Amino acid sequence: MGKEFPPTIEVIEICLLAGKIMLQGGAETYRVEDTMTRIAASLGIPHSHSYVTPTGIIFSTDGTEPAKLIRISERSTDLYKVTLVNGVSRRISSGELDGREALARLREIERADYTFPVYQQILAASVASGCFLIMFLGSWTDFVPAMIAGGLGFVSFIYVHRMVQIKFFSEFIASLLIGLIAYFFVYTGAGTELDKIIIGSVMPLVPGLLITNAVRDLMAGHLVSGLSKGAEAFLTAFAIGAGIALVFTF
Amino acid sequence: MFMLTHMITSFIASAGFGVLFNAPKKSLLKCGFVGMVGWFVYIWLVNRQYDAVISSLIAAFTIAVISQIFAKMYKTPIIIFSVAGIIPLVPGGIAYDAMRNFVENDYNMAIQLAAKAFMISGAIAVGLVISEVINQMIRKVQFKSRI
Repeated sequence: MGKEFPPTIEVIEICLLAGKIMLQGGAETYRVEDTMTRIAASLGIPHSHSYVTPTGIIFSTDGTEPAKLIRISERSTDLYKVTLVNGVSRRISSGELDGREALARLREIERADYTFPVYQQILAASVASGCFLIMFLGSWTDFVPAMIAGGLGFVSFIYVHRMVQIKFFSEFIASLLIGLIAYFFVYTGAGTELDKIIIGSVMPLVPGLLITNAVRDLMAGHLVSGLSKGAEAFLTAFAIGAGIALVFTF
Repeated sequence: MFMLTHMITSFIASAGFGVLFNAPKKSLLKCGFVGMVGWFVYIWLVNRQYDAVISSLIAAFTIAVISQIFAKMYKTPIIIFSVAGIIPLVPGGIAYDAMRNFVENDYNMAIQLAAKAFMISGAIAVGLVISEVINQMIRKVQFKSRI
């Protein structure tokens, strides 16, 4: 072995950091575990064990080093960070990066904020709402109402979520607002089909990523994370449904 | 004309979701493309009187295959393409109808629609998994033939 490996404790730190960023970015459980094991193997620890759930990661090596636990409290969807960490892991495996450089790069990725500016996200949400309306066979007269309802719903989702850190509540408020706006448009005659407008504008909040990830985790045998992601998806769907339902009871 | 509007809107909607999920800027157009092909397959099959469950299954399978090809070509995780592509297939409309019937105390209709929404989301997931299994099988066969 001509190669110098970094100390075990540093490898554990690299693996945990990589796993944390990926999990917070919304990667599948198997990908997180796979990346951590690969990084460890290419940095000189062939046998490592990781246990990944949506709320925490436990990582342990076969030696005498203590196992470490990391808590994941905030999750969002940031596929760009997942891609970046994936690239770092590839470069570690091919030997381009040593431990110290990898750690520095991962810390940089963790700190940075690569998300699109908020106004672009809102724009994307409202345009997507309008397009969904057309895809669900709505009429073009409802295009603008759906765009406005979807955009405002997404704005309220972002800002309510910043104030109260409870996802259920912010989704509930957002879908309630969407329902009210759509009702207002139909009431004033600016929109024609209430159902289609609501369906189109609710789509940006729908937990599509969670549902597919949950089922794939379950099929891959990650029962705990599959079930908990499924529960999260169900809660989100329930929050949206409850917000809309409240509008109909008036 | 009908197909053209659907293709354009599904392209924009999927790319918009790429922005919301913060996919890399370079892959936004590919996200839109994957979503467009998936929705095209779905709407084509539904227009030929196929059941929505079967159509979703086939569309999800198509999406997963294209995503795998893209993931291999651009060396990025497959999830970037498949997630944005799947979004148009998610049965938001049916789930909404189910919820509305629940609120209006029409439980028979509501349960029917909810079951359908569940079946469709199951079909999407199965479509994804089938393509992954086939991919793994191909890889294993290649590996064996190399030995």
